[in-house]
Amino acid sequence: MSAILRLESLSKQFVKDDLGIVALRDFTLEIEEAGFVTVLGRSGCGKSTMLNLLAGLIPPSSGTVTYRGEPIVRPRPEIGYLTQSDTLMPWRDVRRNIEMPMEIKGVPAPRRRERAAELIERVGLWGFERHYPRELSGGMRRRVSLARMLVGDPETLLLDEPFGALDAQLRTDLQAELLRLWEGSGQTVVFVTHDIEEALLLGDRVVVLGRLGRVVLDRKIDIPRPRAADEMRVDPGFVALHREMTAALAEGARS
Amino acid sequence: MSSAPPDSAAAPAAETVPIERTWWERRGGTVTVALSRLALVVVLLAVWEWSAERWFDITFTSKPSAIWTRLIEWHQDGVLWANTWVTLEEIVLGFVLGSAAGALAGFLLASAPRVYRVLDPFVMALYSIPKVALAPLFIVWFGIGTNMKVLLAAATVFFLVFLNTAAGVREVDRGLVDAVRLMGGTKRDIALKVILPSSMTGMLTGLKVAVPYALIGAVIGELVASNRGLGYLINDAAAQFDTAGVFATLVVLSVIAALLNLVVGLFDRWVGRWKPLEART
Repeated sequence: MSAILRLESLSKQFVKDDLGIVALRDFTLEIEEAGFVTVLGRSGCGKSTMLNLLAGLIPPSSGTVTYRGEPIVRPRPEIGYLTQSDTLMPWRDVRRNIEMPMEIKGVPAPRRRERAAELIERVGLWGFERHYPRELSGGMRRRVSLARMLVGDPETLLLDEPFGALDAQLRTDLQAELLRLWEGSGQTVVFVTHDIEEALLLGDRVVVLGRLGRVVLDRKIDIPRPRAADEMRVDPGFVALHREMTAALAEGARS
Repeated sequence: MSSAPPDSAAAPAAETVPIERTWWERRGGTVTVALSRLALVVVLLAVWEWSAERWFDITFTSKPSAIWTRLIEWHQDGVLWANTWVTLEEIVLGFVLGSAAGALAGFLLASAPRVYRVLDPFVMALYSIPKVALAPLFIVWFGIGTNMKVLLAAATVFFLVFLNTAAGVREVDRGLVDAVRLMGGTKRDIALKVILPSSMTGMLTGLKVAVPYALIGAVIGELVASNRGLGYLINDAAAQFDTAGVFATLVVLSVIAALLNLVVGLFDRWVGRWKPLEART
């Protein structure tokens, strides 16, 4: 498998008054095509900064980010990014929110309507097309965001703790939905989380980040799919992995 | 991307239950409020009418029946409509001109933060000048005709709409801007699809605040120098100790204000239809 995303000796610092606050230092990572990589780390370890760099929202202070060999200097439509917070337009209803990326691309209205209906069906929001974001529950808003990201058929999905704010049951449901949407699609997924179980449940590969984006652990997860959370919890292999991750997170926090 | 239909994890479609409500349950609240308002007006007018000749000198306080008589008289000899029309035209023109210029300037300037920073203290200084104090200057510049009153009203309205629109533009959620950038949107897409709609709330606040100021601008202009309009009518009536005439004119002015508020309110409801009901005013 070839690397689709490559981050090379990447550093990012934010300016505050006369100080540069370092978020990432000398970070190197390769992500291969069609893989599901989960990035595990505590809050403040530079996970979100990494995704913002991958998405092309912010420029790196030094180092390079390349996508299929091309440097990323601005957001690219083939990379979809689901941010931690909801960024749905509050004045647009569900359907018009989902149509928005197509509107910007200049897709004609009838085609937009059709494609939006397809996505609404796929994320299970049938009957809510005319609702505004404020009238939806947190879980439903996440589905709308997911649909809006998927409507442009991105090759690569960047997900930043997408289900962090949801209740456990809903999170399990949406994780299963995400896997169902991903399997066989050939899409590359980078999924950032601070939840060990979520990382193991979803990823082909888990990268554990320590402070300033130091890679503490990078390992393949070969638990066969489909992975059922309930059964996994008592599986000795999973328990061993869980322990390994916990140790890695603790080590990452120390240094 | 698999296109399997959503499984049980999918949310069920919106469930609606018909609720049987009587006419009173549905409209009762509104009706009670309307009736209470009516009762309040009737009581106040009755007290005024009854007490006018007993407790107060009618030369100073007039009384509702006299005001009504004066309105009818003015209606019959055409004084009322001729003058109302003049003032209404000044108010509406001033309001539209001032708010259009204010909204446009607020939107453009706030989109260029550096320019805004440079101009900010000057804008605030101009804003702080009492617009009434500009009236003599405006007379010199534009004469004592309609233009002077329209521009005086517009100058007041401009700053209120400008400042509120600019505040709305600067408070735009960065996350929404980034969302459009991620979709491959250009600067133009960001301006039209994010900044414009989200600055509407600020602009509408400006419009609502500006309604009474449009009236102030026009009426002050007429009070200072004019031979027609409601401001002139007030001056004229007061000069003849005709308090009924002054009050009659004030009644007309408040009706105009109420109508303008209604129009702005309807516009607000239409623009803000995405907001939850409790956030609407």
